[in-house]
Amino acid sequence: MIQALLFAAAVATTPAPAAAPTFKIEHPSTKYPGEEEIADYAHAPANAGTTPFEGDGMWKAFHEKAGVDRVVDELVDRSLADPRISDIFKSHDMVRLRRTLKEQFCYLLNGGCDYSGRDMKTVHKDMGLQNTDFNALVEHLQVAMDHEKIGFRDQNRFLAKLAPMQRQAVER
Amino acid sequence: MRKICAALLGAGMVLCAQAAQAQTEMREGGKLLLTEGVSNIEGAGGGGIATWALITGYETRDGIGANVHATGIQLKDYQFRAYGAAVGIRDRVELSYAHQEFDTQGTGVKLGLGRDFTFSQDVYGAKVKLLGDAVYDQDSWVPQVSVGAQYKRASQSGVLSFLGAKDNSGVDWFVAASKVFLNESLVLNGAVRETKANQTGLLGFGGPGNDNYHTEFEGSAALLLTKRFAAGVEYRTKPNNLGLKEDDWKDVFVAYALNKHLSVTAAYVDLGEIATFRNQRGGYLSLQAGF
Repeated sequence: MIQALLFAAAVATTPAPAAAPTFKIEHPSTKYPGEEEIADYAHAPANAGTTPFEGDGMWKAFHEKAGVDRVVDELVDRSLADPRISDIFKSHDMVRLRRTLKEQFCYLLNGGCDYSGRDMKTVHKDMGLQNTDFNALVEHLQVAMDHEKIGFRDQNRFLAKLAPMQRQAVER
Repeated sequence: MRKICAALLGAGMVLCAQAAQAQTEMREGGKLLLTEGVSNIEGAGGGGIATWALITGYETRDGIGANVHATGIQLKDYQFRAYGAAVGIRDRVELSYAHQEFDTQGTGVKLGLGRDFTFSQDVYGAKVKLLGDAVYDQDSWVPQVSVGAQYKRASQSGVLSFLGAKDNSGVDWFVAASKVFLNESLVLNGAVRETKANQTGLLGFGGPGNDNYHTEFEGSAALLLTKRFAAGVEYRTKPNNLGLKEDDWKDVFVAYALNKHLSVTAAYVDLGEIATFRNQRGGYLSLQAGF
């Protein structure tokens, strides 16, 4: 009985078809061309959510800066094209997202970058993310890493760094 | 709604609580490939013979996933077959059913039971995740922990009591812990089971002068080799109630996810001595389809 109700609810809330994300810069950032200015916040490496790998093994496994840039760009492109989650990025500054994600990946992979973005709790606040959204992003990341020909075990090592961020990113 | 909730035990109470959270949108899909395990011989999410703490199906806490499975094992002197279905609700509760058949084939004649004499049982299982998340909590050693119960009812009660079994039905209780160590691409599982079952229940429950629960262990380790492919080993201890020798079960397995809906598990199993016939080894093949 309850199962039947839950099944019915599942059918009733099929997501609406996604529109292309839209974002208009109203107050251009003076420091980062093409990005919206955002309120001041405390910069700290800890904002990246976890500590970097040691050594240069993971940085090399990801083919350094060029590889990380390709992985992040494909991750973002695939997410924007995915009707399950594309709505989340509506009215988000995608130029800034790509830059800070690249910084974060580079920082975590010990590529010598500073992460200049905000902490994981703040950036995901009020987005109403569910586990399904988090996992959809992970799927796209896996495909992007596959295309970059990053070894499966290295992919998992990186995912092990990111997985605990689910607790900050997922709110419901 | 309150009346329905009150009528349900254990797992049911969680259902009620979840139903009250109507504002949380129901969603499809989401777990990583192979991280939900496959259906084991008792229908529960796990390996082939061992039980995992993971809740079956690819659904997260935002959805309901179901799957069906069919399994065959050809041993030296017997054939084992099982089929069943399981539903995973919001990655919290797993309800499962499995029907098992243990066909004595030609051996039935030697046992005095007749050719193709077949023992069978139905297994109704419920599992509830208590704490932890095997996949997300990569920064902690705490595993995902689930508890569960399986009500088993065997056929052939006449033959079972002749063999010395006290009963043809029984309830197993278990606590299972699972952890995916992504850094090592390794999955470890352990379960402690309280049971009276002989050969998991196919030969009844309890024995002559022995109707006590026994504490048994199930363990498995699997390496995630690619996104779709895992390989591992399993071990399961069993009680010895009937005075017929009953051995621990073990296997080596490979699991392959063709996609999120279809997976195949193949194994080489060693079930030891069964009903006086030794060295019951053979091939295990299981197909699982999820929705």
